[in-house]
Amino acid sequence: METLEPILAEHPFFKGMPPELLKLLVGCASNVKFEAGDFISREGQEASEFFIIRQGKVALELFSPTHGAITVETLEDGDVTGWSWLLPPYRSHFDARAVDLTRAIRFDGKCMRAKLEEDHNLGYEMLKRFVRIIAERLSATRIQLLDIYGTRV
Amino acid sequence: MEHVFDSKAAPGRRAVLSPMVPEIFRVEKYRKETLDTYTLELKPASGTGEHRFGAGQFNMLYKFGVGEAAISISGDPTSPNPLIHTIRAVGTATKAMAKLKVGDTIGVRGPFGSCWPVEAAKGNDVLIIAGGIGLAPLRPVIYQVLAERRKYGKVFLLYGTRTPEDMLYRAELEKWRARFDMEVHVTVDRASSEWHGNVGVVTTLLKKLVLDPDNTVAMICGPEIMMRFVAMDLIKKEMTLDRIYVSMERNMKCGIGLCGHCQYGPTFICKDGPVYTYDQVIELLARREI
Ligand SMILES: Cc1cc2nc3c(=O)[nH]c(=O)nc-3n(C[C@H](O)[C@H](O)[C@H](O)COP(=O)(O)OP(=O)(O)OC[C@H]3O[C@@H](n4cnc5c(N)ncnc54)[C@H](O)[C@@H]3O)c2cc1C
Ligand code: FES
Repeated sequence: METLEPILAEHPFFKGMPPELLKLLVGCASNVKFEAGDFISREGQEASEFFIIRQGKVALELFSPTHGAITVETLEDGDVTGWSWLLPPYRSHFDARAVDLTRAIRFDGKCMRAKLEEDHNLGYEMLKRFVRIIAERLSATRIQLLDIYGTRV
Repeated sequence: MEHVFDSKAAPGRRAVLSPMVPEIFRVEKYRKETLDTYTLELKPASGTGEHRFGAGQFNMLYKFGVGEAAISISGDPTSPNPLIHTIRAVGTATKAMAKLKVGDTIGVRGPFGSCWPVEAAKGNDVLIIAGGIGLAPLRPVIYQVLAERRKYGKVFLLYGTRTPEDMLYRAELEKWRARFDMEVHVTVDRASSEWHGNVGVVTTLLKKLVLDPDNTVAMICGPEIMMRFVAMDLIKKEMTLDRIYVSMERNMKCGIGLCGHCQYGPTFICKDGPVYTYDQVIELLARREI
């Protein structure tokens, strides 16, 4: 039977991951597809999973009663949705909505946490990848916060 | 890479007029671009004379009785008539200019300053990165490169604004994006869910771009913080500082290197800039008092 391993190996998120560690993750992964407009996760709900995007576009949104849905970031091919599945209380902080038809690999949060706990080499490889993403998004958020186009900074 | 600017100051009518005396131009067309930004198309009131310029150069525009502002030329250097400026209304002079009507007059001194390395970039890939009003000083580069498209490698345009409504030159952006010989990526800092494009700061567009660092020339214009972050990401992608160009902005008065108003370290932005290679400014950008 064909496994997801070659697809994972090709995804930029797993670049450089030793194949023997990648193998351990395959059991937590499944192929999924979202139509444009589908919600992938909802703010406040249990973050029981994360997704690596193979193709498509996903908007991270916050809903405000006065402004409606505000998109704070969009994610595309090669991106990863988030890390709420990794940290208690395992709740999503944003709505994630497919903007276009989106193909992704879903990772089950519980399954992943058990694997990372069991094998710390795998845990470290995964954390390195998530820390890089967190650092990139933090840096982008700081620039967004400065509102550089709005006032003279 | 060789430091070759297209010209230090494009030759033009300034050879005969004093650079301190404004020439009178008339507003031919007025176009509102966004809520606070507008484009003026100007022609000499005398009806004669051409206003040749290099991409990246600026004019001092004088709203009679109010004041002067340094404004980049945003038109086509290969077809410099009419003279085109895109202006964001932020203060005294630029708000007063926003009230100009077709037929009104305005004083013009220039063109001044250094140019983007459009000639020197021939044979290379060209990466144009603009933030907000920063697309205006870079639009002449796009016109010039597209006019001789075959002389360049790949051409990328990355453009970031605050919201979709703040985007300049929308119709042209769409036209450029539809071309097969140019890659255009646009992003905004925030948007409602109606917007189908990218949301995220302009550096996020760079993340996925595959560059050939030894054969690319990057030209960046936007708020200084944005230019610093973009340059940092280009350096991470192994571009050397002499292949990265930025356009600097400081308050100006004379525009010709006399008054010292625009002093930037050992240089005057009006004369030695506004376009610099990143190695010329990297240390100055890190100094707080400048
Ligand atoms: C080389 C060069 C090229 C330029 N090209 C352009 C251009 O193509 N289009 C354009 O719109 N502007 C451009 N500028 C900026 C423009 O010169 C200034 O916005 C203008 O001088 C402001 O004059 P003012 O009298 O309207 O504002 P002032 O009355 O001098 O300032 C009033 C208030 O506005 C703020 N302010 C001033 N400038 C800016 C700014 N740039 N952004 C946000 N707030 C500001 C001031 O801090 C102050 O609080 C350029 C500047 C330089 C040096
Ligand atoms: S504006 Fe006077 S020296 Fe530059």
